[in-house]
Amino acid sequence: MEAIHLWWIGEREPRENVLAHVRLHLERAFGARVPLWPGVERPVDAYDARRKQWSSSRILDWLARVGPGGRVLGVTDVDLFIPILTFVFGEAQLNGRAALVSTARLAEPGLPDERVVLERLAKESVHEVGHVFGLLHCDTPVCVMGRSSSVRDVDKKRGELCPTCRGRIARGAGEAT
Amino acid sequence: MSVSNTRVLIVDDEEIVRESLGGWLEKDGYQVASAPDGRAAVERMKGERWNVMLVDLKMPGMDGLQVLEEARKLQPDAAVILMTAYATVDTAVTAMKLGAFDYLVKPFDPEELSILMQKVVAQQSLVRENAVLRKALKKEHRFRDLVSKSPAMQRVFDLAQVAARSNSTILVLGESGSGKEVLARTIHAESPRSEGPFVAVSCAALTESLLESELFGHEKGAFTGAIARRKGKFEAAHGGTLFLDEVGDISPKLQLDMLRVLEERKFQRVGGNEPIEVDVRVVAATNRDLKKAVADGTFREDLFYRLNVIPVTLPPLRERKEDIPILVDHFLDRLEAELKRRVQVSPEAMAALLAHDWPGNVRELRNVLERGAVVAQGDVIKATDLGLAPPTVKASSANPPGEPPTLEDVERRHIAEVLAHTGGNVSQAARLLAIDRVTLYSKIKKFGLRRDGEEPEPAHG
Repeated sequence: MEAIHLWWIGEREPRENVLAHVRLHLERAFGARVPLWPGVERPVDAYDARRKQWSSSRILDWLARVGPGGRVLGVTDVDLFIPILTFVFGEAQLNGRAALVSTARLAEPGLPDERVVLERLAKESVHEVGHVFGLLHCDTPVCVMGRSSSVRDVDKKRGELCPTCRGRIARGAGEAT
Repeated sequence: MSVSNTRVLIVDDEEIVRESLGGWLEKDGYQVASAPDGRAAVERMKGERWNVMLVDLKMPGMDGLQVLEEARKLQPDAAVILMTAYATVDTAVTAMKLGAFDYLVKPFDPEELSILMQKVVAQQSLVRENAVLRKALKKEHRFRDLVSKSPAMQRVFDLAQVAARSNSTILVLGESGSGKEVLARTIHAESPRSEGPFVAVSCAALTESLLESELFGHEKGAFTGAIARRKGKFEAAHGGTLFLDEVGDISPKLQLDMLRVLEERKFQRVGGNEPIEVDVRVVAATNRDLKKAVADGTFREDLFYRLNVIPVTLPPLRERKEDIPILVDHFLDRLEAELKRRVQVSPEAMAALLAHDWPGNVRELRNVLERGAVVAQGDVIKATDLGLAPPTVKASSANPPGEPPTLEDVERRHIAEVLAHTGGNVSQAARLLAIDRVTLYSKIKKFGLRRDGEEPEPAHG
């Protein structure tokens, strides 16, 4: 299985355990090597001053262009949006190379337990990389590929792919659901 | 209906919106396509079926409300969601009035969009299920152009279906407007003769000599004005079906002529000598009591037996009021084809239709609906559009002659009548009276009525 590069592209420095946790989940879900990419560049032209948010689609393009080549998951701490939605937890190129996920909306004000945020980040990371592998949203309860429009949705899911989604990846994914 | 077979059309002049919304929905498994303006959207509506349309309100050229209006006409079952950057109460109200499923303010909250799409999929499932059920129900309650679910009519359908396969003469009995000719046409269409002609003659409309010439034809010079040879209806119906309407009205001479044709399948044109052989299946109809006419000596008994081989009686509409809603649906379907718009009947109008006695039967119902559809302002026929006289209150002997009844008397008697009409069904009576059940119960109690509408015996002593 081709490697999935993991790249911190946030504004602040990541906590040490964050990338390690995401890495573990990706390795387990996809059976692939997950090397950390040490690039120090940060996305350009992706900030929208009017919305005070970052365009996830532009960051995805940038990741695919500037990144290590092959599959890459960018992890950030900035607030992401797509033009039609108020925010997104992340975005991915379906059957493409780049995926992106942010901690910005996963942490809620007054939430003391950082482990919860870490779990959410790991789930959404697997979810977005799942799209890179060609997976669509899944109706199987608690599958990590279930659509999550709120943190409640994220919390309801487990961090793993259901057998159907695993089967799809094993068969080369990309096939229609 | 699932997400994967839900077809979504995104209509927005901004490419970035089409792409970002399309991508989001594609990851959910929807089948997504997009159009950059209203005109392109209308073109795509003409060629393909869509379950959901997400339409931007403000677009150059044709705006979202215009697209919505076109969608209501071209694809009335599709759910249209309007998207707007600036929500105003006015546009929202207009959109909903025009039949939008919902509207969203851009940018959307992901959860809001997600829930809305789930609602749309559920609604579209119901639309599809409803269409399938309606179709099945219509099929079950239909015998070609005849529509009914009443047991009496179902028996008529069964009998007619069997009778159609035979060559025997059928006598259709029923009041004026009850559908005798429609049944005759149906029998013809179901018979092995369906490829042959269906010829209808109204026997009551013509004088004896004209009817004779009409039925049997005439030779040139047979009578003044017979300037050429002319074939009659019996000949015209050769190989097919001849429908003789109002057969109870024909003169004694023609009764005899008809008896001969039915017995020998041969006749002569007026003024002719050549016997002409025909292969005709006769369906006769009358609203008269032929047995009584035979007893009175005005109708030949032998002809009665010749015609009465398979008698089929169509019940009057007042005896099968359960058919009114499906008949209304049937006639509105037809009106839709004619008027190019779907007209509905308000609950009050339906109550009035159910309360009416229909002396003119199904024909009268069809005419009343036609009138209603023309008179109605908008797409809903209201009770007042129907032009039906309000139910009359019978004069009661309880009041001395010349003294008008009190309002309370009239109300009590009317409620009693409606309850008697519904056989004591309070819910149905409440619907007909356009009041709620609780009110009706309290009135029943107040007037001391019985549930079956019978007025109680006056108390003695």
